[in-house]
Amino acid sequence: MTSGAEPIRPSFARRLATALYRRPRLQLGLLLAPPVGALVIAYLGSLALLLVNAFWRFDAFTGSVVTTPTLDNFSQIVTTSVFRDVAVRTILTAAAVTVTDALVAFPMAYFMARVAPRRTRNVLLVAVVLPLWSGYLVKVYAWRLILLNDGFADSVLAPFGLHGPGLSQISAWIVFSYLWLPYMILPIYAGLERIPGSLLEASGDLGARAVTTFRRVILPLTLPAVVAGSIFTFSLTLGDYVTPRLVAGGTQFIGNVVYDNIGVVGNVPLAAAYATVPILVMLVYLLLARRTGAFESL
Amino acid sequence: MTRLRISSLVAIVALVVSACSSANTGSSSPAPSYPASIGPLEDSLNLVAWVGYVEDGSNDPNYDWVHPFEASVGGKCKINVKTAGTSNDMKTLIDSGDYDGVSASGNLSGRLVAANEAAPVNVDLVPSYKDVFPALKDQPYNTFNGVHYGIPHGRGANLLAWRSDIIPGNLDSWSTLFDPNTPAKGKLSVYDDPIYIADAAVYLMSTQPDLGIKNPYELDQKQFDAAVGLLRAQRPNIAEYWSDAAAQIQSYTAGEVTAGTTWQYQVNAMTAASPAVPIKAVLPREGSTGWSDTWMVYSKAKHPNCMYKWLDWIISPQVNAQVAVWFGEAPSNSKACEFADKLEPDHCATFHANDEAYFDKVYEWTVPEANCGDSRGAVCKDYSAWLQAWTEVKG
Repeated sequence: MTSGAEPIRPSFARRLATALYRRPRLQLGLLLAPPVGALVIAYLGSLALLLVNAFWRFDAFTGSVVTTPTLDNFSQIVTTSVFRDVAVRTILTAAAVTVTDALVAFPMAYFMARVAPRRTRNVLLVAVVLPLWSGYLVKVYAWRLILLNDGFADSVLAPFGLHGPGLSQISAWIVFSYLWLPYMILPIYAGLERIPGSLLEASGDLGARAVTTFRRVILPLTLPAVVAGSIFTFSLTLGDYVTPRLVAGGTQFIGNVVYDNIGVVGNVPLAAAYATVPILVMLVYLLLARRTGAFESL
Repeated sequence: MTRLRISSLVAIVALVVSACSSANTGSSSPAPSYPASIGPLEDSLNLVAWVGYVEDGSNDPNYDWVHPFEASVGGKCKINVKTAGTSNDMKTLIDSGDYDGVSASGNLSGRLVAANEAAPVNVDLVPSYKDVFPALKDQPYNTFNGVHYGIPHGRGANLLAWRSDIIPGNLDSWSTLFDPNTPAKGKLSVYDDPIYIADAAVYLMSTQPDLGIKNPYELDQKQFDAAVGLLRAQRPNIAEYWSDAAAQIQSYTAGEVTAGTTWQYQVNAMTAASPAVPIKAVLPREGSTGWSDTWMVYSKAKHPNCMYKWLDWIISPQVNAQVAVWFGEAPSNSKACEFADKLEPDHCATFHANDEAYFDKVYEWTVPEANCGDSRGAVCKDYSAWLQAWTEVKG
């Protein structure tokens, strides 16, 4: 029999824990490996595959993809006017939607963050988030009812001798602005809430009137939040193809052209090449947004 | 490795296809590998179908052939159906690999066979097949190299429909859609698919015979340019390109569109609605495009035995009659007319079920290929060119 003086051999789990405790970097590495791995493989991997596809060629006769590198897809996109028109239309709409949402969201967020009493604020927050809980398609179809001939829009505008926009590019702009509005309100609300009240009081004490305070204090401090919201509204508009298909009356957006190329003839290379347009636009946009410090407001 | 295998498969298919089309030597195609008998039934069955083809009574309790099917196979084969609005949506769904079968039109069936996504079908395991109208058997969209790839479901024509209260009188020409001064100016609704170029070609066949169009799916450069030019001129008058039957019904009902192409299905739905939408539909004198659908089995179907049971069920006389009446098309089963006429008086006469002279004027959807199929050779526009042109037409 051994005596109690012999040291107890620690269990495997115990030794592993000790080893990890001594190597904090290894600990961190093991913790991050699964999520980062998933991100790299699933997210960046699919993106890389997309980019590689863009340099392949679609053989219309066999209906298959030929894996010899070529720039044909890109030259087709650059030289065909319809691809340019659709890209410009999509980017302009995304910009218009972003500006609209910012203009609508700011007063709303300001009221919620700085004026409304606590109870009202909570009710308003729920009201803003509520549409996100209902189906996307339901909302777009509801908008069709509003926009169609003799629908809600027409009957409201009729006393002024006006007509609703019907199914058109304007409609796409309106519906997009509606759909992505919560994504703009929430960051601005968070940004406004973060401004210390003492700054506004100081501004007032120094003789600034409300407009000056807004222009010189509030706006610069919330600009990063607005830019953060605009990342959502801009990129979501850039990639959507369901809304244009249902309310734009046949006007095409980038997403529609990509979808048609994949779905109709299986021309994945051309679709992939075209999909690089929104990616490039977003890259530029994000680089500019980073300068404003928007990423700290996300 | 997988890529290598897929590309070699594609190469083999391409070789076989080109060998058979270049010289009709009746080259001995490899014996199709289809089941000799129906095995034990699975628990579920996943289908891709046109809207109205797989009804479970939720739209109208009198039109339910899903629950009786499940009952007929002893509670097995629970059906999950995904409806699609265009052949392209169907292709995307089949590509996902989740489905066992599809009601493919002629502009899809050939693509599925070429992509090895359709399995050869042993028609001996489908007892009702013997009653299918002879004119629907062994057609280029359901039989490839002498091998059956599906069961004919039914056929019909794309129609000209208009709001009869807004545009009075009886229309009988596609000029309503193509004349710049149409009474439906800015209120047109046409089908959102490259295949719609063929509709313009059908119109040109009678309005510009000097173009020499014989088949609206075999267009050389000059004919193709004329058809696309017609569609470009039509563009300003389009209120909406439709691919979703429900959305088109909504637009007609609201008066957002007053004339356009449609299926009998939408016309039936609007006539049955309360209040009924005043709508009329006709096969114009120029003829039309149309469809002849085929139920196909996915090559890697997880529930092939249930799928075979479905193939027989959907063309059995009574069910085939129900589908034909519900959707508004001609049944494929010659014995279905007896039942269809009971559900709707003169159904088979109205839809010309056995009237080949009528269907001679209906050009059934097929995939446009570079090879014109006649003495012109390989100068025709293929499907890629059709899509490119369609993208440009919509702008």
